[in-house]
Amino acid sequence: MQNYSIFSLIKNAFSNHENWDLAWKDPTPKNEYDVVIIGGGGHGLATAYYLAKEHNITNVAIIEKGWIGGGNVGRNTTIIRSNYMHDDNGLFSEFGMDLWRSMSQDLNYNVMFSPRGIINLAHSDAQMNVYARRGNSMRLNGIDAVLLNREQVKEIIPMADFSENVRFPIFGGLMQPSAGTARHDAVAWGYARQADSMGVDIIQNCEVIGFDVSAGKINGVRTSRGNIKAKKIGLCVAGSTNILAEKLNMTLPIETHLLQACVSEPVKPVLDKVVTFGAGHFYISQSDKGEMVMGGDLDGYNSYAQRGNLPTLQHVLTEGIAMMPFLSKLKMLRTWGGIMDMSMDGSPIIDKTHIEGLYLNCGWCYGGFKATPASGWTFAHTIAQDKVHELNSGYSLKRFNTGYLLDEKGLGTKTWIS
Amino acid sequence: MLHIKCPHCGLRSQNEFSYGGDASVKRPELNQEISDKDWDNFVYNRKSLRGKHWELWQHLSGCRQWIKVERDTATHEIFNTLKADEEIS
Repeated sequence: MQNYSIFSLIKNAFSNHENWDLAWKDPTPKNEYDVVIIGGGGHGLATAYYLAKEHNITNVAIIEKGWIGGGNVGRNTTIIRSNYMHDDNGLFSEFGMDLWRSMSQDLNYNVMFSPRGIINLAHSDAQMNVYARRGNSMRLNGIDAVLLNREQVKEIIPMADFSENVRFPIFGGLMQPSAGTARHDAVAWGYARQADSMGVDIIQNCEVIGFDVSAGKINGVRTSRGNIKAKKIGLCVAGSTNILAEKLNMTLPIETHLLQACVSEPVKPVLDKVVTFGAGHFYISQSDKGEMVMGGDLDGYNSYAQRGNLPTLQHVLTEGIAMMPFLSKLKMLRTWGGIMDMSMDGSPIIDKTHIEGLYLNCGWCYGGFKATPASGWTFAHTIAQDKVHELNSGYSLKRFNTGYLLDEKGLGTKTWIS
Repeated sequence: MLHIKCPHCGLRSQNEFSYGGDASVKRPELNQEISDKDWDNFVYNRKSLRGKHWELWQHLSGCRQWIKVERDTATHEIFNTLKADEEIS
């Protein structure tokens, strides 16, 4: 594989950048693989990469019905954080933060990781208490957290509404300084390029039609490009999880919902943090191009549409303008939607299933992008060792049956106030 | 914007409604022994169909009645609406 560096960039400049190697191949599917990963998004590509890198399993195929990185890894708001209160979420996400910090070097691909910090705003004394508690829990797990008062927040984000007569005055906030953003497409492409170079077959335009299961054991997958045998199959299909589960006669604690995001026209640098509104559901950051990247609530009803509805967008942006009034002056450049695998407790599932050789990675709700490396790493471990790693032991499928729910914020399929 | 025909009030915009999820889910009968699996299916497990889907909505800013709506989850086309106590045929 060609190494990307300043020298290769200069060298290729002399030939008008026409002689770069392809970043990944376009193979025809083989009849059999050791592991087949379904879903060529961030999580699927990362899983294949860590299977090859950490477990020396390279006879692997990723099958993707569209093109790689065309789903939620290409549709998110690029926020990376580990500001969770519960141990299972905090330790998993902080493990992921370490992977994020070294990702560009590890993949030889600039993922533009920008640890600019995230601030969750608080709008009441009670909320400040809750944030203090969460911040303390984070620090006990080795995650950086700083509780800010109103003046400190004002110093960092003076463009927010600090006037006297507002419905939701800013009391303070909880900041995780090491959180940030990354270039979402680069993450998918970086993982794809490295996985490909280690022998993983990335098979695009290949839709799953069915599965071969006999005596409780998975034998292979039937696709639009032929049958593929596999001893182990991992599902990383986000919003399509229920569609594949139906083919496996499984009913999961997942509903598919639509989440929208949008960007404004590009403006000069104004916001160098990720900020979330505490009195509703709205988050914002500014991209390197200058666009304000914004998102918020689900559309609120089951949807596979991959495009949003205006009432929700209006609701979300109303919150944004309440928080930062200058946003009302901006023109909207683009809006889009992706379909989320919303789990019933708002936390993901990375686990084995009742079918031997079938592994499940789903339920990422609002937080799939930031989990990409940790999800891939732990899912690869779960598949390779046929055993759940302690980092994803809290993300079991059984927890819904046993009552050990991981209800971090009460963000499940149903939005809080709807 | 969805337009939902409330069986009590007629055609209204989505803004007046609140969503209540899959209408085909049945609460287990309480006069018999209920397994954990049955509760699990009732409380958490959902088919989340792509295509025609019967679901509950509440006409929150109207008559406040719960209704059943048959909607396509991919196109958002609405085919049918029923009162809450009317059975899906």
